[in-house]
Amino acid sequence: MEKVLLKNLGKPDSHRIENYIANGGYRALEAALKLKPDNIVQMVKDSGLRGRGGAGFSTGLKWSFIPKDPTIPKYLCCNADEGEPGTFKDRGIIDNDPHLLVEGMAIASYAIGAANSYIYIRGEFAFGADRLEAAIKEATEKGYLGNNIQGSGFSHNMYVHKGFGAYICGEETALLESIEGYRGQPRKKPPFPALSGLYAKPTVINNVETLACIPAIIEKGPKWFSSMGPEKSPGPKIYCVSGHVKKPGLYELPMGTTVRDLIFNHCGGMLKNRELKAVIPGGVSAPMLTTRDLDTPLDFDSLAAKGSMLGSGAVIVMDESTCMVKMALIINRFFSHESCGKCTPCRDGTPWLTNILKRIEGGQGRQGDVELLESLCTNIFGRTFCPLGDGAVMALRGALKNFRDEFQYHIDHKKCMAS
Amino acid sequence: MLSERAKKEIEAALRKYPNRKSAVMDALRAAQKDKGHIAKDDMDEIASILEMRSVEVNAAAAFYTMYNVDRPVGKYHIQVCRNISCSLLGAEHLIKHMERALSIKTGETTPDKRFTLSTVECLGSCGTAPMMQINDDYHENLTEAKIDELLKKLE
Ligand SMILES: Cc1cc2nc3c(=O)[nH]c(=O)nc-3n(C[C@H](O)[C@H](O)[C@H](O)COP(=O)(O)O)c2cc1C
Ligand code: SF4
Ligand code: FES
Repeated sequence: MEKVLLKNLGKPDSHRIENYIANGGYRALEAALKLKPDNIVQMVKDSGLRGRGGAGFSTGLKWSFIPKDPTIPKYLCCNADEGEPGTFKDRGIIDNDPHLLVEGMAIASYAIGAANSYIYIRGEFAFGADRLEAAIKEATEKGYLGNNIQGSGFSHNMYVHKGFGAYICGEETALLESIEGYRGQPRKKPPFPALSGLYAKPTVINNVETLACIPAIIEKGPKWFSSMGPEKSPGPKIYCVSGHVKKPGLYELPMGTTVRDLIFNHCGGMLKNRELKAVIPGGVSAPMLTTRDLDTPLDFDSLAAKGSMLGSGAVIVMDESTCMVKMALIINRFFSHESCGKCTPCRDGTPWLTNILKRIEGGQGRQGDVELLESLCTNIFGRTFCPLGDGAVMALRGALKNFRDEFQYHIDHKKCMAS
Repeated sequence: MLSERAKKEIEAALRKYPNRKSAVMDALRAAQKDKGHIAKDDMDEIASILEMRSVEVNAAAAFYTMYNVDRPVGKYHIQVCRNISCSLLGAEHLIKHMERALSIKTGETTPDKRFTLSTVECLGSCGTAPMMQINDDYHENLTEAKIDELLKKLE
C-alpha cells in the first residue's frame, strides 16, 4: 500500500520545508485555495473520514456544523495531547513530518473559515513542540501561512499551545479550558464547541492524524480515500503496536486490518514466540480481546460489535506470561491518577478500585473483592461527567470478563497463576 | 523574581492569544525553566503581569503535574514510565535498578541535588519501550546496561 500519513518517516531531514515541498508538499493547499470552502467540506464528507482521536465522528459533518457567518471569528484546534497509554502515532507525525499537519490544518482552517488555529501539544513533547514552531515559521516565510496565503485572500495564523501534564486535556472541552488559562476540566455539553468553543466562538477540534489525512483527500480525491478499507470506516490508519511483539512500532495500513494480520505478518509475530494471551485494540480505555478475536478487523464498527473500540489505534499485545491483575491495576491506577476531580464517581471511585486491585495483586485480596469491584463498576458507569470514568470501568470490566478466574486465583492463593 | 528571559517568553506568549489569561501555562513553564521549580512569588509576579488573581495562577499550577510547585527537583529529573507498554517490557526492574544505582527511592532527590527519580504515566513512546525522560530528552529501548551508561555520562 502506498503510504500517505507516514510516507516521509525515516527520510533525512523530513521535517524541513524544502524536503516536504520537494516531495509534493503544499500542493494540496494550493489546490484547496482554488476551491470553495463548502466544496472542501463536501469532499471530506464524501471521503468518509472519521475522527482518529477516539470517537470516530465524521470529520466532514463536524466541519459542516460551523456557522457560515463570516463576521463571527472561528477557531481550529488540533488535539496533539496524545496521552492514551499505548499511543504514539501523533508524535510520529509531529516529530518527523510536521508540515503534513500544518498543511492539513491550513486546509481545514480555510474550509471552516478560521483565521486562527492552535495546536494543543502535551507538555512532554518538547522536541515535537519545537519542530512544530519551526515548521510554522518556515511555512509563514514561504507564504503558506500568514497574510493572503498564495494570493488567495485567505489569511491564517497558527500557534502552538503547550500542555503541562494532564491526560484529561485530551478531552476536547478540557482542552479548550486549558487554552483559556484554566484548569483542564471538561465543560458541560451542550453547547457543543461547533457553536461555542474556544473563547465562546465556533470551534472545530480534530486529532493530528485526522488532519494529516486532509492533504491526501484533496490531492487524490474522496473516492480514493473511501475505497480503502471498510465502507463505513474507510481510509488509511496508523496502528501503534507495543508490548510483546517482535517488531513494535507504527504501521500505516488500510483500516480494517485484522489483529492476526497486524501481529503475525506486519509485526513479525510474538516476542520469544510465546503464546498470545490478550490484545487491547485501542488504548487502555478499550476492553481487551483474546485469542478468540484474532480475526476481528481493527475498525470502528467491527470493534464496537465486539464490545470494544478502535479508540486511538493503540494495539497493546500481551503474551501468556502476563498477569492480568497487574495489568488491570496499572490501567486503573492510570485513570485514578488522571481523574480531574470534577465529579464524585470518578474522583472517589477510581482510587477505590485501585486500592482493591492493589491488595489483590499484592496477595492481600479478600473473598468478595471481585464482586466488590463489579459493584463499584456498576456505581461509576454512566454516572460520570465525562467519558474518562466510563473508560476506567470498561477497561476493568473487560479484564474481569475474560480473566475472572485469575483474579479469584490471586485472592485464593495469594499469588499469580501466570507469572 | 522572574528572569529577564522568562519575562521575554511571557511577552511572546501574550502575542499568541486574544486574552492575557491564556498565557498562564507558558508563563509558568518559563518560570520553571529558571530554577527547576516554581515558587510562590513567581506566581504572584505572573499574576500581576497577566492581570490575574494569584489564586487563579496557583490553581493552574497545581492542576498540571509537570509544574513543580514548591517542589525543588535535582539538576537531572529522571522520569521513568510505569505504564502498560513499558511495564510489559520490564519497566519495574529498571525502576528498581535505578533506585539501587542512585541509592534513593522513587520520589526522592540525591543528597547532592543532582538527581531526582520519579515515575510517570505513558509518555507516548510505547513502541520503543521501556523508556524514560531525563529533563526534556527521551531515552528509549532501555536496558540496565544502557541506564548505567547514561548515568555515567551525567555524573
Ligand atoms: C479522557 C479523554 C481523553 C482524550 N484524549 C484525546 C487525545 O489525547 N487526543 C485526541 O485526539 N483525542 C482525545 N480524546 C477525544 C477528543 O475529546 C475528541 O473527540 C477528538 O480530539 C476529536 O477529534 P477527531 O474528531 O479528529 O477524532 C479524548 C477524549 C477523552 C474523553
Ligand atoms: S469522569 Fe473523571 S475526568 Fe471526567 S469530569 Fe469526572 S472526575 Fe473529571
Ligand atoms: S507506556 Fe511507557 S511510553 Fe507509553
